Amino acid sequence: MELLLNIVIYLPLFGVLLLLLVRKDEWVRWSSLLITTATFVLSLPLLLQFDITATGSAQYLTVGEPFLGDWDVKYMVGLDGLSMLLFMLTTFMAPIVVLSSWSSINKHVAGFYSMLLILQTGSLGVFAALDLFMFYVFFELTQIPMFFLIGIWGGKDRIYATVKFFIYTLVGWLLMLVALIYVGYAAGNMVNDGVFTTDWRLLTDHAFQLGLVEQTWLFLAFGFAFCIKVPIFPFHSWLPLAHTEAPTAGSVVLAAIALKMGTYAVLRYLIPLFPNAAIAFAPMFAVLGVIGIIYGALVAMVQKDVKKLVAYSSISHLGFVVLGMFAFNTIGAQGAIIQMVNHGLSTGALFIIVGMLYERRHTRWISDFGGIARKMPVFTVMFMIATLASIGLPGLNGFVGEFLILVGTFNSEVLGSYWYAVIGALGVILAAVYMLWMFQRVMFGPVTNEENNKLTDINAREIGLLIPIMLFIVWIGVRPTDFTKYSEAEVTHLLEDTRTRAATIAQNTADDRLPGWASRLYDVTPQMVSNVKHENQEE
Amino acid sequence: MDTYVHLVPWIIAIPLVGFFVNGLLGLAFRSYRDMKTVSGIIATLAVAVPFLLAVYLFLMMQGDSESASISLFTWIQAGDFTTDIGYRLDQLSLLMTLVVTGVGALIHFYAIGYMAGDESPWKFFAFMNLFIFAMLNLVLADNMLLLFLGWEGVGLCSYLLIGYWYTDMAKSDAAKKAFLYNRVGDFAFLIAMLLIFQTIGSLSFDAILNGTELFTTDQVFIIGLLILIGATGKSAQIPLFVWLPDAMAGPTPVSALIHAATMVTSGVYVISRLSSFVMMSPELMLLIAVIGAFTAFIAATIALTRYDIKAVLAYSTVSQLGFMFLALGSGAYVAAMFHVVTHAFFKACLFLGSGSVIHAMHHVEHKLHEEGKDVHFDPQDMRFMGGLRKYLPSTYMTFLIATIAIAGIPPLAGFFSKDEILVMAFNAGLGEYGAIYFGLWALALITAFMTAFYMFRLTLGTFHGSFRLPEKITEAAGSEKYLHDSPFTMTSVLWVLAALSIVGGFIGIPNFVVATFTGTADVNLLSNWLDRVTMDAELVLSKPVEWMLLFGSVLVALSGIYVAFLLYGENDPETQDNRIAARFGALYQVWNEKYRLDEIYEGFIVHPTVRFSDRVLAVFDIKFIDGFVNFVASVVRFTGSVVRYFQTGVVQTYAVAIVLGVIIVISMLLF
Repeated sequence: MELLLNIVIYLPLFGVLLLLLVRKDEWVRWSSLLITTATFVLSLPLLLQFDITATGSAQYLTVGEPFLGDWDVKYMVGLDGLSMLLFMLTTFMAPIVVLSSWSSINKHVAGFYSMLLILQTGSLGVFAALDLFMFYVFFELTQIPMFFLIGIWGGKDRIYATVKFFIYTLVGWLLMLVALIYVGYAAGNMVNDGVFTTDWRLLTDHAFQLGLVEQTWLFLAFGFAFCIKVPIFPFHSWLPLAHTEAPTAGSVVLAAIALKMGTYAVLRYLIPLFPNAAIAFAPMFAVLGVIGIIYGALVAMVQKDVKKLVAYSSISHLGFVVLGMFAFNTIGAQGAIIQMVNHGLSTGALFIIVGMLYERRHTRWISDFGGIARKMPVFTVMFMIATLASIGLPGLNGFVGEFLILVGTFNSEVLGSYWYAVIGALGVILAAVYMLWMFQRVMFGPVTNEENNKLTDINAREIGLLIPIMLFIVWIGVRPTDFTKYSEAEVTHLLEDTRTRAATIAQNTADDRLPGWASRLYDVTPQMVSNVKHENQEE
Repeated sequence: MDTYVHLVPWIIAIPLVGFFVNGLLGLAFRSYRDMKTVSGIIATLAVAVPFLLAVYLFLMMQGDSESASISLFTWIQAGDFTTDIGYRLDQLSLLMTLVVTGVGALIHFYAIGYMAGDESPWKFFAFMNLFIFAMLNLVLADNMLLLFLGWEGVGLCSYLLIGYWYTDMAKSDAAKKAFLYNRVGDFAFLIAMLLIFQTIGSLSFDAILNGTELFTTDQVFIIGLLILIGATGKSAQIPLFVWLPDAMAGPTPVSALIHAATMVTSGVYVISRLSSFVMMSPELMLLIAVIGAFTAFIAATIALTRYDIKAVLAYSTVSQLGFMFLALGSGAYVAAMFHVVTHAFFKACLFLGSGSVIHAMHHVEHKLHEEGKDVHFDPQDMRFMGGLRKYLPSTYMTFLIATIAIAGIPPLAGFFSKDEILVMAFNAGLGEYGAIYFGLWALALITAFMTAFYMFRLTLGTFHGSFRLPEKITEAAGSEKYLHDSPFTMTSVLWVLAALSIVGGFIGIPNFVVATFTGTADVNLLSNWLDRVTMDAELVLSKPVEWMLLFGSVLVALSGIYVAFLLYGENDPETQDNRIAARFGALYQVWNEKYRLDEIYEGFIVHPTVRFSDRVLAVFDIKFIDGFVNFVASVVRFTGSVVRYFQTGVVQTYAVAIVLGVIIVISMLLF
C-alpha cells in the first residue's frame, strides 16, 4: 500500500511524459482524462483500506533517507485522518477538472494539461507529506503550474492577477521558511540529538517544547503564510482577482484544492506545532473568521461579475473553516474538515457552472444574463443544487459543515463566548441573500438579451462531469458520517494532544521570566495552569 | 405503537419516490413532459398511498398509545454531538400526517385539472411531492435537527413553487422574499438548537421533553423566544409575515397546500410539540399570545381592504394563524391544533374555490382574446367579478360553506375551533398576567367580527350582485357567456373539502356542551387524542360562563355577517369601500397600505445593507485592503528604483566604493 500511495502521487507527474509523446490535442485530452481517472481509481484502495480507528501515526507511511547533508530532512509521505479526505477530494476532482476544460482550452493544449497534472502531483504531495520541509517543497510545486495556468490561459488581466497571486503567496511562505528553519533547529536540539529535523512525528513529540516567546513569533510567521494562502481576511485581495482571471479549470483547482492547503496547514502544522500560541491566538483567528464570513458575504452580495461573486463567497465559507478549527474541539474541527470538502465540491461546481456559461456567452456580468432557466433546463437543475449546497440547505453537504462548526464554536471552551457562533450564523442568512439574488438575476425572469436566446443546454460531457459532484453533494448531506468517520479519531487525538502539550509547556514555563506582553498573552499564573490541568483530567 | 412504527419511513419515502419519478422522467424524456395527466396521477398516488398508510396507523392507534420511535441511521455525528434520521410516531405527529397527506392528496388531485393548461406540470408535481416529503419530515422527526431539515425543506419547496412561473420577475421576487424572510426565522431557530444542545447535550424531543428540569426559566424564555422567531417566519406572524401575501404569486394549489393548510402551520406544530417546555415560562407564553392576537388583528384589518381575492385569503390565513398562536400562548395546544385541522379544511376549500374562480376569469380573458378583443384585466380582482354564483354553482356553494365555517357559525368546523381559542384566551385571563390576556381576548373577539365581515365581503363581492366585468370594460360586453364552472375533477375536491368544513368541528366538541345535557363530559375526541402529547392549561371556567362565551362568539360572527350583507349585499364593493375609507380616513389608509411594513424593512434594513456593502465595503476592499498590498509592492519597487542607481555597471565606481569600504572597516578596527 505504501507503494500504491507513491504511485498515486506521482502518476500524474509521469503522465506528463505521455502528453509530450502524443501529438493531437484530442489525444492529449483523452490521455489526461485517462491518467487522472487512473489516479482516482488507484486511490480508492487507500480509502477502503484505511483504518479509521488508528490515531497518532500516519498509515501507508514511506520514510526515505535524509537527503540534505547533515539535516534530518527526509522524503516522508503517508495518510492519516487529517489528510485522507482532502487527498481523496484531490484525486476525485482531477478528472472532472480535465473534462471541464475539454472544449474551452484550445491554445497550447498539451502545456495546459501538463500544468494540471504537475499541479495534481504537487497537491497530493502537500496533503500526504509528513515532513514539514517536504510539505514546503510540494507546496512550491503547486505554485508554479498555477502561475502559468492563470498567466497563459487566463482572462484579460491574467498577468497582473497571476503575478499578484504568486508574489503575495511567496512573500508569506518565505517568511514561513525562515521560521521553519528555526523550528527545525529547535526540534533538533530538543528531540533529535542536535540534528536539524522537520519530521512531523518529532515536531509533535511531547518533549519538543518551544518557549512561549518563541512560539509567538513562529506562530505569527507560519500564521501569516497560511492566512494568505487560505485566504483569511484581510489577506484575501489576491483571491477574487486570481479567480476571475483564471480559466475555469484554474478556478476550480484553486477553490477546490489549493485553498484547502492553507486551511489544512493550519490544522496540520500551525495548531499542533505551537499549541500555546494557537490557543492564545484562537480568539483572534476566530474574530478574523467571523469577519471573513460576514465581510465576504456582504461584498459578494454587490458583485456584478458572477465569478467574483463566487470568489467572495469562498472567503465567507473559508471563514467558517477557520472558525471551526480554532474552536479547539472535535465538533468544530470535524465541521471544518468536512466544510473544506464541501467547499471544494460546491464552489468547484459553481466555478464549473459559471465556466459553462462563460464558454457560451463570453461574459461573466450578471446583467448580461437573465431568463436562462428556460433555455437550459438541465443546467438549471445542476446550478440550483450547487447553489442550495452553497447556502447550506439541510440535506445537502454545506449544512453539515456549517452546522458542526457552529455547534463546536458555540461550545468552545477556548473561545469562551457564544457570540462567534451567533454572528457567524448570520452568514447563513447572507449566503441565501447573495446566492439567490444572483441565481434569480441570471436564471429567472424574461430573456432580455437576444444573445441568451441562442443558448443551448449542457451536453452529455458537461452533465457527466457535474453528476458525480452532485451525487457527493447529496451523499454528504444525507450520510455525512460515511465521510466524517475518517477524521473523527485523528482529530480528537490531535486536539487532545495539543492541549496536553500546551498545558505541559505552560506549566514548565510558569516560573520562567517572561516579558510582560507574553505573560499577559498567555496568562501564565499558577492558577491558570491548574485550570488547564483540570480540564485535561476531565477529558 | 412499536409494531407499526416501521410504516413511518414508507409514508415519508413514497412522496420522495414520486418526486424522483416525475423529476427524472421529465428531465430525461421530452415526450414525458407532455403526459400531463400521467405525471399528475403519479404525484397524487405518491401522496394518497401515504395517506392510506396513515389512516391505517390511525385505526391501530388509541389515544393512550405510547409513542414510538424508529431510527434509520446516524445523520450527523462528531465528538459528542450525534443526531439520527429518526422518526417519532405519536398522536400529534400522526394527526399532522393525516392532515398533510389527506388534504395534500386532495389538492394534488385538484391540481391535475388546474395545471392542465401549463406547459410543464411534471416539474410542478415533482416539487409538490418534494414538499410533502419535507413536510412529513418536519412533523414526524424525532429530533430538532431533522425537523429543521423539513423546516428548511418546505421553505425551499415554497420558494420553488411560488416562483414556479419564474419568467415573471415579480413572481421570482416573491419567491426569493419568502425564502429570505424564512431564513431570518431559521437563523433564530438554529441558535435555539445550539442553546438546547449546549444545555442538555442532545436535540431529540425525548431528551428535551424529559429533561425540562435541566433548563432554567431564563433559558426556556431565550430558547423559546428564538423558536418563536423561527415560527414567526414560517407561520407568517409579526414581524415576519410580509412574505406570505406575496407568496400568492404561486399557482393556486400551492397557495392552498403550502400557504394555507400545511407549511404555515408548522410553527404552531413545533410549539405544540414542545408544549411542556414552553409552559415553563409564563412570560414566553404571554409573548406568544400577544404576537398571535396582534397578528390576527392587523392581518384582518388589511384583509378588509383587498380586492385581489387571493390576497384577502392570504391575509385571512395570517390572521387565522394569529388565532392559533393566541391559543398556544393561552396554553390551549389542543385548541391550536384543532384550528390547524379545521383551518386546513376550510382554507384549502376557499383557496381552491378561488382557483376555480380565477380559472374561469382566465378563460373569459382568453376567449375575449380569441374574439380579437384586446382586453386585459386582473383575473383575481373581485372588482371585475360579481354574480358568479349563477355561472359557477358548485364553486359558489362550496365557497359559501367554507366562508360560513371560517366566520364561526355553528355547527361548522371553524366555529368550534375558534370558539375554543376564545374560551381559552378568556380562561388565561384568570391566571398570571390576566389583565393582558383579557385584552387579547377582547382583541380576538373584534378580529372574529372582522373575519366574518371581510370573508362575507369577499364572497358577496365575488359571487353576488351582477357580473361587473362588462360594466367596467365595455369591450367585454356579453363575456358572461364564457363563464363556466370548473370540471368535475376540480369541483369534486371542493365538495369533499366543503363536507369536511361542515363536519370537521365534531372532532372537538367542547365537553361542557354535551355535559350540560347528558352529564358525561368526555366527548372531545381531539382533546382525548392529544392528551398524552400536549400539556394544556387547566380550564377553570364554569359552565354558564362557557355558554355565555359561546353565545357571545356566535353573536359576534352573526353581526359581522349582517354588516357585510348590509354593505355589500348586491353592491359594487369598490363604492362601498370608498365610503368606508371616507369614514375611517387615515386609519383605512394605514390598512390599505399594509402598515407600510415592506417599505420599512426595505428602507431600514435591506437598502442600507446593500448600499453599505456596495458603497463602503466593496470600495474598502479594493481601495484599502488591496490598496495596502499594492502600496507595499510599490514601496519595494520604489526602493529598487533608488537602489539600482548604485548598480552603474561602471567598474571605476565600484572601485571607489571598495576603497571607501576598506577605509571605513580599517578605521573601525583601529579606533
